[in-house]
Amino acid sequence: MSFDIDEQFSKMNDGEVLLAYKGSITAQLITNVLGVVETKLDHVIDKSITKKKIYNVLVESLQNLYHHVDDLPGEFNSGLDIHFGIFVVSKIDDQYQIQTGNFIKAEKIKSLQERLDKIKSLSRDELKELYKFVLNNQKFSDKGGGGLGLIDIARRTDGHIDYEFNDYNTNYSFFILNIKI
Amino acid sequence: MESISIEGTPKTPAVNFNAETGVIEIKGRSIPENSIEFYRPLVEWLEEYSKNPPKITTVNIQLEYFNTSSSKCILDVFKKLESIKKARNDVIINWYYEEDDEDMLEAGEDYESIIRIPFKMIEVVD
Repeated sequence: MSFDIDEQFSKMNDGEVLLAYKGSITAQLITNVLGVVETKLDHVIDKSITKKKIYNVLVESLQNLYHHVDDLPGEFNSGLDIHFGIFVVSKIDDQYQIQTGNFIKAEKIKSLQERLDKIKSLSRDELKELYKFVLNNQKFSDKGGGGLGLIDIARRTDGHIDYEFNDYNTNYSFFILNIKI
Repeated sequence: MESISIEGTPKTPAVNFNAETGVIEIKGRSIPENSIEFYRPLVEWLEEYSKNPPKITTVNIQLEYFNTSSSKCILDVFKKLESIKKARNDVIINWYYEEDDEDMLEAGEDYESIIRIPFKMIEVVD
């Protein structure tokens, strides 16, 4: 059985869901979502620092999603919106969870996987050094922060990030990033 | 030279750059998808300012949030300030962070270790 997006999406809607979205990822959408989630967090969390951490990670993960959604070629997309992506913000036990999902071209998988594995393996101090190195030395593209986003998320969550690549067809996979705060 | 005065929005900070008083302020949130557009005029202003700055430049950075897209642009701002300092002018950098916000304090320390100007870390208590 091949990978099914709807099934994946419902699997991600676990625990107490604050917000779940499936569709086109646009700048306007992200602005709106950040506003909605911030208001919700104001109601459910008293501690300003926890709220800030979640909000920061949410900004990075959604902007990462926005910058990196790959569009499926028309003949395969079976009616999906352009810039298609999914995300779910939820609470499971006493942890907050941010999950994002997007298509990725097969040829990009290896380097992303290596980057994620490296980031996950680093200590807090090593992440700090890597962050500073990339900040000071890497040229940023118009797309974004030259890979700083994932490092930033790892720093703020003490490396509590997991990922999956699900084969969609020969040329594309569906990438899931799971962050726990 | 003209001052810069920009009001804050949910995604971009309030900015006040004053060449006469030498007070440079960035406050609020900096989380636009593309920060280069927002920061380019600020860096250009500092370039011009650096040609003939007052004796003392006081920098107040008080950010509630900033994203990684902004972080590089903020470093560009600091690098301009570093060159003003190198030309034997006084540059005082005040980095404000909310009480207990270790991440924001650490972000200030990261910048401080990259550019060679000591930061004054100021904890803001409600």
